Amino acid sequence: MNPGKILLVEDNPDDVTLTMRALKSHNITNDVVVAQDGVQALDYLFGKQGRSPADDLPAVVLLDLKLPKLNGMEVLQRIRSEERTKLLPVVILTSSDEERDVIDGYSLGANSYVRKPVDFVEFTKAAQQLGLYWLLMNRAPPSPRGP
Amino acid sequence: MAIRDWPIKRKLTAILLLISGLVLLLTSAAFVTYEVVTFRQTIRSQLATRSRILAANSTAALAFANEADAREILGALKYDPHMVAAALYDRNGRILATYPAAPSADLIPAAPQPDGYRFEGGRLVGFTPVAQGENQRLGTLYIASDTKAVSDALRLSGVIAIVVLAIAMLAAYALAAALQGRISAPILALAETATAASTRQDYSLRAPKFGEDELGALTDSFNQMLGRIEEQKQELQQHATRLEQRVAERTKELERRALELQAANSELDAFAYSVSHDLRAPLRSIDGFSQVLLEDYAAQLDQAGRDSLQRVRAASQRMATLIDDLLKLARVTRTEMRTERVDLSGMAREIVLDIQRTSPDRQVEFAIAPGLEAQGDSRLLRVVLDNLLRNGWKYTGKQPQPRVEFTAVDENGGRVFVVKDNGAGFDMKYADKLFGVFQRLHSSAEFEGTGVGLATVRRIINRHGGRIWAEGIVDQGATFYFTL
Repeated sequence: MNPGKILLVEDNPDDVTLTMRALKSHNITNDVVVAQDGVQALDYLFGKQGRSPADDLPAVVLLDLKLPKLNGMEVLQRIRSEERTKLLPVVILTSSDEERDVIDGYSLGANSYVRKPVDFVEFTKAAQQLGLYWLLMNRAPPSPRGP
Repeated sequence: MAIRDWPIKRKLTAILLLISGLVLLLTSAAFVTYEVVTFRQTIRSQLATRSRILAANSTAALAFANEADAREILGALKYDPHMVAAALYDRNGRILATYPAAPSADLIPAAPQPDGYRFEGGRLVGFTPVAQGENQRLGTLYIASDTKAVSDALRLSGVIAIVVLAIAMLAAYALAAALQGRISAPILALAETATAASTRQDYSLRAPKFGEDELGALTDSFNQMLGRIEEQKQELQQHATRLEQRVAERTKELERRALELQAANSELDAFAYSVSHDLRAPLRSIDGFSQVLLEDYAAQLDQAGRDSLQRVRAASQRMATLIDDLLKLARVTRTEMRTERVDLSGMAREIVLDIQRTSPDRQVEFAIAPGLEAQGDSRLLRVVLDNLLRNGWKYTGKQPQPRVEFTAVDENGGRVFVVKDNGAGFDMKYADKLFGVFQRLHSSAEFEGTGVGLATVRRIINRHGGRIWAEGIVDQGATFYFTL
């Protein structure tokens, strides 16, 4: 069984490294695709000009909010507005616990909102739980391109 | 129009005319009466004289009973148109002759009446003795005259009186009209000025003065009054203008400050947002990679190296807490207030339950007075109670019988809420530092904390227009008082 990929949208390389480490340390060996900004994330999901999108949608998108070019909210909005991705599970994973961000995130249709703890032990726990939950426990929506 | 509502001019004229009319009327009446009385006396004496002359001329006719002579003598009366009738009686009272020759029956009395002259039935009648010598009476002469002369005279004097009265009244009216102005003009001028001043609100007007009499004094006083009103009005206007200017200045200043505040607020907003996102990221890296070192390179590190890394991690986590607390403080200032009735007792009980749930290992006695309520923003007030109750809980940590109270007292008509503990307390010397940001009276080793909680509390209380202060004794406890 292929539990699917994780699309990690994160511009901070430290955070990328730490997130990957946290995921790996619990043997979540799935492919993690990293997009370093909002444009890359959308390119991966919808394809660039002249290039088809990735065949399979990821099982979950871990989305940071503060991103270069297109910010997280804009990416989320775009994901929800496209037929292909409107049911795609999106987890906002960010530093902010501004109430405004939480409300906006859920309003735009985020499936979950997780704040990155500073304590790396805590962070590792959070990343593991996220991986386990969204990859193994959660029943993904049916593929829109299904037969 | 009622007389009392007449204009003063008409009143004065009417009074003058009434008086002069009355005087003239009385005078004329006296004149007419005098005229009539005098005239009656005159015609009576004329009749008497004529009678005596006629009587003297009639002696011969009577003495000889000569009827023709007698008739001739009486006939001479025709030259006086007023003479109505006449008769001669002989010694025995029989009529000898009459005038006119054939008189109507009621004109001549049948017998002579007592001598004398009198007015009788609209006529003047006279009976005169006809005598020869001193005492030999021959008969009586009767003459009747009409009183037309009297009524003519009466009419004439009446007409004269009326004419005089009319002329005099006209003259009196003219004089009154001319002279009443002396009195009415100053009054009218005063009244006109008063009306103009009150309707146009023009207090620069002055009533003209006509003399130094009482009206002059009245005019002076009135003008002085107007002058004072004018001065006061000007003063008032100056005050009003100054006030308006000041209000305008203040308004401008306030608007400017509001704009500044708005700018500062939105700057703070942007700042806080960016802090919330950006400041924590490096801390995560510091903590994360320290942990990586500890996990992956533990073998290459000695105890001191591992200890250092633990300190780096502790410091970065502490800084994360500081950032969070600061953001909370900023949020307290930024959030919009929604005022409602808040059940503080219930809120305090919820907080205590939460404290007890998260730290079941500590037994702290909480005493919360029932029914405490206030007007305020419930979310912000929860932050206040949470901070104060948790402080009480925290600083009683070294107390064998820890106790925290939440009560209220009424002071000077206002409600003062009190949170009291029997914990570590503080030195009153530092009471003013309690509510400053990052100000702590205890080391972190003694009691955990960032020094932001009470600053947040004070900011919330201030936003509610209230006041907060504290009393403390070292090692005996602290008491926080606040109003809303």
